[in-house]
Amino acid sequence: MAKDMGTSPDEVQFRFRDDERVDHATITVDACCDQTNATAVRIEPGDDARVLLPFLDRLALVEVNFPAFGDGRGYSSARILREAGYTGELRAVGAVLIDQLSHMRRCGFDSFAPDKRLDEEDAARAFATWENVYQRAADARRTIADKRHEA
Amino acid sequence: MYRYDQYDQAMVDARVAEFRDQARRRLEGKLTEDQFKPLRLMNGLYLQLHAYMLRVAIPYGTLDSRQMEMLADIADKYDRGYGHFTTRQNIQYNWIKLEGTADALADLATVEMHAIQTSGNCIRNISADHFAGASADEVVDPRPYAELMRQWSSFHPEFTYLPRKFKIAVIASANDRAAMRLHDIGVRIVSRNGEVGAEIYAGGGMGRTPMIAPLIRDFVPIDQMITYAEACLRVYNRYGRRDNKYKARIKILVHELGAAEYTRQVEEEFAHLLSVGVEPPREELARIAEYFAPPAFVDGPKTVDRSDPDFALWVDRNTHRHKHDAYVSAVISLKPAGGIPGDATSDQMRLVAKLAREYSFDELRVMHTQNLLLPHVRIADLHALWTALDEAGLGSPNMDTIEDIIACPGLDYCSLANARSIPLAQRISERFAQSGRTEVVGELKLKISGCINACGHHHAGHIGILGVDKKGTENYQLSLGGSEAEDVSLAKITGPGFDEDGVIAAVEKVTDVYLAARSDGERFLDTYRRIGMEPFKEALYG
Ligand code: HEM
Ligand code: SF4
Repeated sequence: MAKDMGTSPDEVQFRFRDDERVDHATITVDACCDQTNATAVRIEPGDDARVLLPFLDRLALVEVNFPAFGDGRGYSSARILREAGYTGELRAVGAVLIDQLSHMRRCGFDSFAPDKRLDEEDAARAFATWENVYQRAADARRTIADKRHEA
Repeated sequence: MYRYDQYDQAMVDARVAEFRDQARRRLEGKLTEDQFKPLRLMNGLYLQLHAYMLRVAIPYGTLDSRQMEMLADIADKYDRGYGHFTTRQNIQYNWIKLEGTADALADLATVEMHAIQTSGNCIRNISADHFAGASADEVVDPRPYAELMRQWSSFHPEFTYLPRKFKIAVIASANDRAAMRLHDIGVRIVSRNGEVGAEIYAGGGMGRTPMIAPLIRDFVPIDQMITYAEACLRVYNRYGRRDNKYKARIKILVHELGAAEYTRQVEEEFAHLLSVGVEPPREELARIAEYFAPPAFVDGPKTVDRSDPDFALWVDRNTHRHKHDAYVSAVISLKPAGGIPGDATSDQMRLVAKLAREYSFDELRVMHTQNLLLPHVRIADLHALWTALDEAGLGSPNMDTIEDIIACPGLDYCSLANARSIPLAQRISERFAQSGRTEVVGELKLKISGCINACGHHHAGHIGILGVDKKGTENYQLSLGGSEAEDVSLAKITGPGFDEDGVIAAVEKVTDVYLAARSDGERFLDTYRRIGMEPFKEALYG
């Protein structure tokens, strides 16, 4: 069953990394805790991302599944992993739509495998929506307040 | 007042462009209505019974004359010449067309306004004490803190798909004029040994399961307030219920976990986020606060000539004590007897804008009671102000009386309604105004919702009326004893409901009971609390 999970790399439509793509299937969070050699895992909305923190060193790919675009738990999962220092690939999969891209990017996602391929032009525009940002998040962008007060 | 710099302006402009693009993709069929819905909602566009409704944000209820004039222009250009001020200090237009929305938003952006996050499952427009910056009883002006939160919550990448909508109110006084504890998060700015910080309440709300927010933190240092709010939201985003939309508000999470356990989780997340460093730089609050520096008040007369009894009554009812003794805050009632609570025509908006320029340092407020307010009026100017208001039908001396009714749109506009709210409010205010009973009864807050969603705050009314559906006919449930103020409480249902005529008669009966039982200086609410529900029940059903 674990074998069937996850996206295969050719379904990844946008990727903001230069390293090799991880091409083996992901396993569940539960399985990941038992399997000491797993390098790819998939988080469902109800999973606690913090369970993975002890294993971050060995993970090269974390997929965060969005079964429905309106379920925003995956945004928190992503940030939590980045805040804990995870530097591997963080892939949003499932109901990933144009208008979620910029927020996902800010939460630390660096690859995107939407269920339905997105219009490239619309997506490019969406990634570039915010020239500036108000909040600190996982992308380390300098915020508007930071810029206002730089020496 | 706060002014956008190039960054704030660029954010709002980017949002207009984004919405224009979304509307285009919807029209081209690239977005389904299902996919478009949360996007239009995040831009304040609702589908109602007859048309789209556009809700425009008025952050912490503060605006200037130029902005009010734009609201009037929008009413004329895109709607039917009027707008509706709401309990969350926003304005709604009821007759908007999808095609015109992006243009309306672009017009708003020219005066630093927008409809961002006025609906949808995100952090909504931040509301605040309408007397902020003016009231004699405040610790500090709460608006700089609300503005800091506005920026933090705008386009927050993690909190745009919360389990449900999220409402925050900020006050800075022991007196609560913003229904703070009926919000998802309530913030009270306090001073402790000279240090400013925030008291945090979480898990309040109305709707079908009304709850009063418990205090979860008695003091967050002010330079950690955003971090604390972020922790509150993260715990909610991760663990708030998503299986049932009626149980998805934070109040249910706080209730199910218990305030202590929710607080424990928040504190843990807070400690973690402090180490991550998400707080804006300290200088940002100082930068914002400069915009809210008090205007240059000048000394002047402290009393008015009371020889005109109508004027004297208006002064007694509709003005509020100011920090500076030569000034007051003056309430502009949008509750003429028999009128629609909260509605203003474009001409009235323009007049109010002009009066703000002449008499109130160009500042205006929207109150959560669906009235407008001039925060800083010289006592010497009060008579001239009142004369101008009275001529325009805006001089009703009825703040906090039974005519000052909060009512939701109800069955006249809303697709979720069971019953009409507006005509009921009209009939009640007319009845009390005509019989001269309004003044006899004094302070009595009556609030009407057309269904269990409680947009009209009926749970928090001294008298609350809720429209229910009884075998296909409109029926009204009466409740007593609620309050949204510092003495917050939830109203209790009296018993079986009434038809429209019946509920109006019932309101009169409960005021009879009050008048017969009240002792010196007691408000309706005080008498109810002292004598309890029984005498009222007896009169209604006995
Ligand atoms: C006609 C369009 C409207 C619709 C469809 C609508 C819908 C709703 C719904 C579904 C809720 C319940 C949310 C929940 O409990 O989770 C709600 C609550 C609320 N709405 Fe509305 N509403 C409308 C208009 C208004 C207006 C005009 C106001 C202000 C006058 C308003 C203010 C509120 C407030 C204060 C609450 C309840 C308090 C709380 O958040 O717990 N709404 N609305
Ligand atoms: S309380 Fe009900 S009827 Fe009134 S506006 Fe809200 S959803 Fe509509």
